Amino acid sequence: MNIDIWTLLTILTLACFVGYFVVWGVTPALHSPLMSVSNAISGIVIIGALITAGISEMNTAKILGLIAVTLASINIFGGFAVSHRMLIMFKKKKKESK
Amino acid sequence: MPVSLLSFCYLIACIFFIIAIRGLASPQTARQGNILGILGMGIAIIATLSSSAVQEIYWIIGAIVLGGVIGIFSALKVKMTSLPQMIAAFNGLGGLSAVFIAIAEIISGSNTRLESTLGLLIGAIAFSGSAIAFAKLQGIIKAKNITYPAQHLINALLGISIITLTIQFVLFGNIYVFYWLTLISILLGFLLVLPIGGADMPVVISVLNAYSGWAAVGIGFSLNNTLLIIVGAIVGASGAILSYIMTKAMNRSLINAMFGGLGKNNSTNQNLSSSDRTAKSSSPSDAAFIMENANKVIIVPGYGMAVAQAQHALKAMADDLIKKGVVVKYAIHPVAGRMPGHMNVLLAEANVPYEDVFELDEINHEFATADVAYVIGANDVTNPLAKQDTNSPIYGMPILEVEKAKTVFFVKRSLNSGYSGVDNPLFYADNTLMLFGDAKKVTEEIVASLEN
Repeated sequence: MNIDIWTLLTILTLACFVGYFVVWGVTPALHSPLMSVSNAISGIVIIGALITAGISEMNTAKILGLIAVTLASINIFGGFAVSHRMLIMFKKKKKESK
Repeated sequence: MPVSLLSFCYLIACIFFIIAIRGLASPQTARQGNILGILGMGIAIIATLSSSAVQEIYWIIGAIVLGGVIGIFSALKVKMTSLPQMIAAFNGLGGLSAVFIAIAEIISGSNTRLESTLGLLIGAIAFSGSAIAFAKLQGIIKAKNITYPAQHLINALLGISIITLTIQFVLFGNIYVFYWLTLISILLGFLLVLPIGGADMPVVISVLNAYSGWAAVGIGFSLNNTLLIIVGAIVGASGAILSYIMTKAMNRSLINAMFGGLGKNNSTNQNLSSSDRTAKSSSPSDAAFIMENANKVIIVPGYGMAVAQAQHALKAMADDLIKKGVVVKYAIHPVAGRMPGHMNVLLAEANVPYEDVFELDEINHEFATADVAYVIGANDVTNPLAKQDTNSPIYGMPILEVEKAKTVFFVKRSLNSGYSGVDNPLFYADNTLMLFGDAKKVTEEIVASLEN
């Protein structure tokens, strides 16, 4: 893909606005899951790692790429799993308790 | 897979990620959001693997499975009290991943030197900073504030050399300069986080969270990948906003929390000597008697409650009180745990319904109508000096106004000051009764009295 720098900067700026508004909408009670979810999706660098590790010839760049894939996977799987663990604990009040 | 289809998959992934975060607006929608997030990630990974950019996938699948097993295993094993250090560890790995990608890009002859360098720098600082944060939270590094001579000067010099070397590398492309940049930015990450103490950890973790997002943006620019840029920006915004909320809850600036190091200028606080004042102490059975005859009890938990593992005993106490017709609510200060929202998770783990848990702004006006405030493992966040004493290091910090309740119970081991080192005049107030002892034991004794 070849996109000129101004298009990329436009996308970045708009994404910052989206992030700003979406994150302010998160309830403070769920700030810990917010951190772990955002942590998991920051593992999106795996896309970069996949492209680097995807070359057919085995060389230093490919090995570095494979290490990056492993590290980013820990981030992704771990982040989503721990978010899920947290979120299933946030239950509604049972009827008999009130 | 044609490029247009790949771009379409990335667009879908972006939308799913945004909905995932949007879902966190309420606990009811959060779980579906998380599942959409997982789907989005799956789509992005599969689409990339089937694109023409990836020619070999067997090694890659092996790497994903290895990372996935490690990640899921550690996520299922971790205790909720240790959540902050796990987030720090994951953050660090994300940063390190960006470092490896940047190095691989450069050695395979990419001409996006500036972008790769930015990804490298931010990733490296996120990695080493997170490593130190992890070590501190895990108790591997014991000391609260580690200071060394000429701290700011050394950091400034490292910062300047990073800028100089970056310019040199971008202009001339000498690979050794790039390796030096890696080492120096890792060192800078270590030195930046080393002096920061325990109570500022929520800020540090949020800032490092933001860095891992900006590192993804840097890598996105170097690979011309819009998905990385968009997602990185959203994660960066999330970390930045959480840092802002945390520093505001402590009435400190981000600069002060990151570079100041609390505890340097509070030696002037001994203006009130505690020897001429007496604190009244009470017993768990008296506390049980007062609370069961109350109309409304507000529980104020702090990190000490989690350290003592008292959350289940606390929930049992609340259940007994509710059975006796008492209204029980929980009040949470934004910096009550070791990371944003930590206390909410710990209470949720003990099966406390989230409708009973309130934030500072929602509940502060209710202390005036409460019969009992039960403060357990919290201290500084209730200190009225934050409103009165302009010399106090915690002056201006928003506090939970527990002193307005008819009776305040403080469960504490001793009259020692809290993390900030500031004496709490509330211990000696007329309506305060101290319950000395371990938070869990005291609460269990109250439960025993309530059930008799």
